[in-house]
Amino acid sequence: MILHPGILAILAGSGITLILLSSAAILGLKIVRKWDIRDSSEEQLALERRTYLVSTLVQYGLLFEVMALFLFIYTADDIHNLLVGAMCATGSLNANAFGFPALYFRVASLFLAAAWIALNHIDQKAEDYPLTKKKYAMLLFIIPVTFAGYILELRYFLNIEPNVITSCCGVLFSEGGTGAGSSLASLPAQTMKTAFFTLSLIMAASGISVIRTQRNPYAFFLAAVSFIYLIVSITSVISFISLYFYQLPTHHCPFDILQPEYYYIGYPLYASLFSGTFFGMMSGIIEPLKKIKSLSHIIPGLQRRWALFATSAIILFVIITLIPMVFSTFTLERY
Amino acid sequence: MSADKHINILDFTIQSLLRRKFKNAGIILVFSFVIFIAGSILFLSYSFKREAVLILKDAPELIVQRTLAGRHELIPEKYAEIIARFPGVSDVSPRYWGYYYDSLVKANYTVISADRSLQTSNRLFRGQMPGEGDFGNAAIGRGIARARFIDIGDDVSLIAADGKVMDFRIAGIFESESELLTSDLIVMSRQDLSRLFGFPGGVATDLSVSVSNETEAPVIARKIRDRFPDTRPILRSEILRTYDAVFGWRSGLILTLFAGAMIAFIILAWDKATGLSAEEKKEIGILKAIGWETSDILEIKFWEGLVISLTSFLTGIILAYLHVYFLGASLFAPALKGWSVIYPEFRLAPFINMYQIATLMSLTVIPYIASTIIPSWKASITDPDEVVRG
Repeated sequence: MILHPGILAILAGSGITLILLSSAAILGLKIVRKWDIRDSSEEQLALERRTYLVSTLVQYGLLFEVMALFLFIYTADDIHNLLVGAMCATGSLNANAFGFPALYFRVASLFLAAAWIALNHIDQKAEDYPLTKKKYAMLLFIIPVTFAGYILELRYFLNIEPNVITSCCGVLFSEGGTGAGSSLASLPAQTMKTAFFTLSLIMAASGISVIRTQRNPYAFFLAAVSFIYLIVSITSVISFISLYFYQLPTHHCPFDILQPEYYYIGYPLYASLFSGTFFGMMSGIIEPLKKIKSLSHIIPGLQRRWALFATSAIILFVIITLIPMVFSTFTLERY
Repeated sequence: MSADKHINILDFTIQSLLRRKFKNAGIILVFSFVIFIAGSILFLSYSFKREAVLILKDAPELIVQRTLAGRHELIPEKYAEIIARFPGVSDVSPRYWGYYYDSLVKANYTVISADRSLQTSNRLFRGQMPGEGDFGNAAIGRGIARARFIDIGDDVSLIAADGKVMDFRIAGIFESESELLTSDLIVMSRQDLSRLFGFPGGVATDLSVSVSNETEAPVIARKIRDRFPDTRPILRSEILRTYDAVFGWRSGLILTLFAGAMIAFIILAWDKATGLSAEEKKEIGILKAIGWETSDILEIKFWEGLVISLTSFLTGIILAYLHVYFLGASLFAPALKGWSVIYPEFRLAPFINMYQIATLMSLTVIPYIASTIIPSWKASITDPDEVVRG
C-alpha cells in the first residue's frame, strides 16, 4: 500500500536523506584515504574544500531525518484506520514484523547523525582538524544503519494491506485473523516508577558532578547512565507516564501523546529526553579525545556545557512527566 | 553575539535576493505553483475523508445485505425479526430504497422510503415529509429540483417498473446544507416505492441493525453470517476504512502522476542554482576577499534556500486553501470525487493539521533544498582571486 500521500512523502524524504548521506560517505572515503593536514598540495586543498560539502550534506541529512521520523510516526497513526484492530500508531506498527524495527533504526540513525555533527563541531574548533579521518570513517558506519532503516521502512509499507470491504463479504469474515495487536507489553507501573525516579536522581547527580569537575570516571559514568536512562525512560513512558497523560489505566501508547488531544505534550517530552540523553552520552564519548593535544583544552569546556544541557533537559523532562501526576486527580495506585 | 551574526547574514541574504528580483521571482512562482497543486490534492482528500467520517457518524453500526449469485439481492423482512432477537441487538429496521434512472435529465436518483429517522431530522428540510401511507407525495433533494426546474407544489412524473406513469406532488425540498447527502434524493411512502420499483411483498433492500455496544458489532455480524450464510453484514467501521483507503489511494495516485512535474521543477532549481551569473560570482569572490569564510557563504545559501522555499510554501498553501475551500477545488474535484450528473454543490469544511503540512514539506521543500546543496557548495568554494581578476 504505497499510494498513500504520507507514505509517498516518507519514502521520498528518507530516500533523499539516504542519497545525501551516501554521497557524503563516498566523498568521505577519499578524504579518509588521502587526508594529510601538513601537505599543502592542490589535492589536499581540494579535499579541505570537500569537507564543507560533506558536513553540509550530513547536516541537511540530519534535519530531514528528524522530519522523516515524525512523519513516520504520524503516518503510522494515520493508517491505523485502515487496519482491523489497530487503534493508534502502535497497532499500525504491529501490523507486520517490520514496523517497530524500522522505527528503532530511524531513531538510531538520528542519534548517529547527531553524534557526527557534534564531532564535526569539535573538529572545526581545533586548528589542525585532528578528527577528520575518524569522523569520515564513522560516516561509513552510519550509512548501513540508515540504509537498513530505509529497507525496513520500505518493506513495512509494502507489506501493509488495508482491510477494506471486498465484493464477496465483509472483511472480518474472510480474514479469520485477530488483526493487529493494539497494545504494547508494559512493565508494572509501581516498580517502573521507583526505577525511573531513582535513575532520574542518579542522572541529575552525575550530570552535576560532570559540570563541576570534568574528570574521567564521572564523564564515563554520565554516558553510561544516559544510555540506560534513555531505555528506562521509554519503558516508563509505555509503563506509566503516558497513562497519566491519557488518564486511562489501560492505554499504554508512546505515540498518542504527540496528538493535539493531549496538547502535543509528546514533543517537548521526547525532545527533552532525546536531547538530554544525547548530550549526556556525548560528554562521556568525547572523554578519550582529551588525549589529542590540540583538543585537550577544548574538551573540558564542551563537556561542562554538554553536561549542563543534559542535566537541564532531563530536569525539564522529569518536570513534564510530573505535571499530570501532581495536578490531575488521576492515580494509578489502585491498579 | 553569535545570534547577531546569523541575523546579519540573513539580512544580507534578503537584500541580495531583492537585488535579483526577477530571477528569484521566477523560481518562487514555479515553486508556489508546484506546492499549490500538491497542497490542493492533499487538502481535498483529507477533507473528503473528514466529511465521510462526519456523515457516517450517524449511520447504523451494521447493515445487512443479502447476496444471490454474488450480487446484491432483496432481503426477506422475516430476517429482521430473527436478527432482532439476537442478544446485543437493540433495533433492526428494514430499509427500502433503490436507484431510479431519469432519462429526461440523464441522471440517477436515489429513491428511499419515508421512515422514522427521516421524520425526526427536519432541520435541513423545507415543506412536509411524506409519511407512511401518504400516497402521491414526495420530498426531493435540491439537485433534482434544479435539474427538473421544480419547486414545492409542482408535480413530477416517474415511470414505474410496470411502465405506467406515476405522478408525485412535491411536498418538501431538502435545504442546501445537506446537499452532499440529499442532492439526488427522492423520499416517498413505502407503498409508492414498492409500486415504483415493483418490489414483491415481504422484502426490503437491506436491514439496518443498531447495536447497543459498538464494540460488539463484529461479534453480532459474525452471528448473523452464521445464521444466514447468504447475507453480507457490513460494519460502519469497514465503510469508513474503505473510504479512507480509497481517498488515500486516489490522492496518492494523483501525487505520483504529479511527480513528473516535481522532478522537472527540481531540475529547474538545480539549473538555476548552478548557473551563477558573473555578477553573483564576483559578489561571492569579494565577500571572501574581505574575510568571509566558506561556511559563511554556505550559510547565505542556506538562508537563500529557506527564504525562497518558505515564501513559496506559504504562497502555495494559501492558494491551495483558497482553491479547495472557497472555489470548491474546481481543478481536481472530478478526479477525487468520482462523477455524476446531479452533482451536489457543497463547501468542504476546512481541515488542516500538522501532518498534512509535514507531508507537503517532505514532498516539495526537501527535494528542493537537497537539489541546491551541491550547487551552493560549488559557489561557496569560489576562489576570490580567480573571480575578481575575471
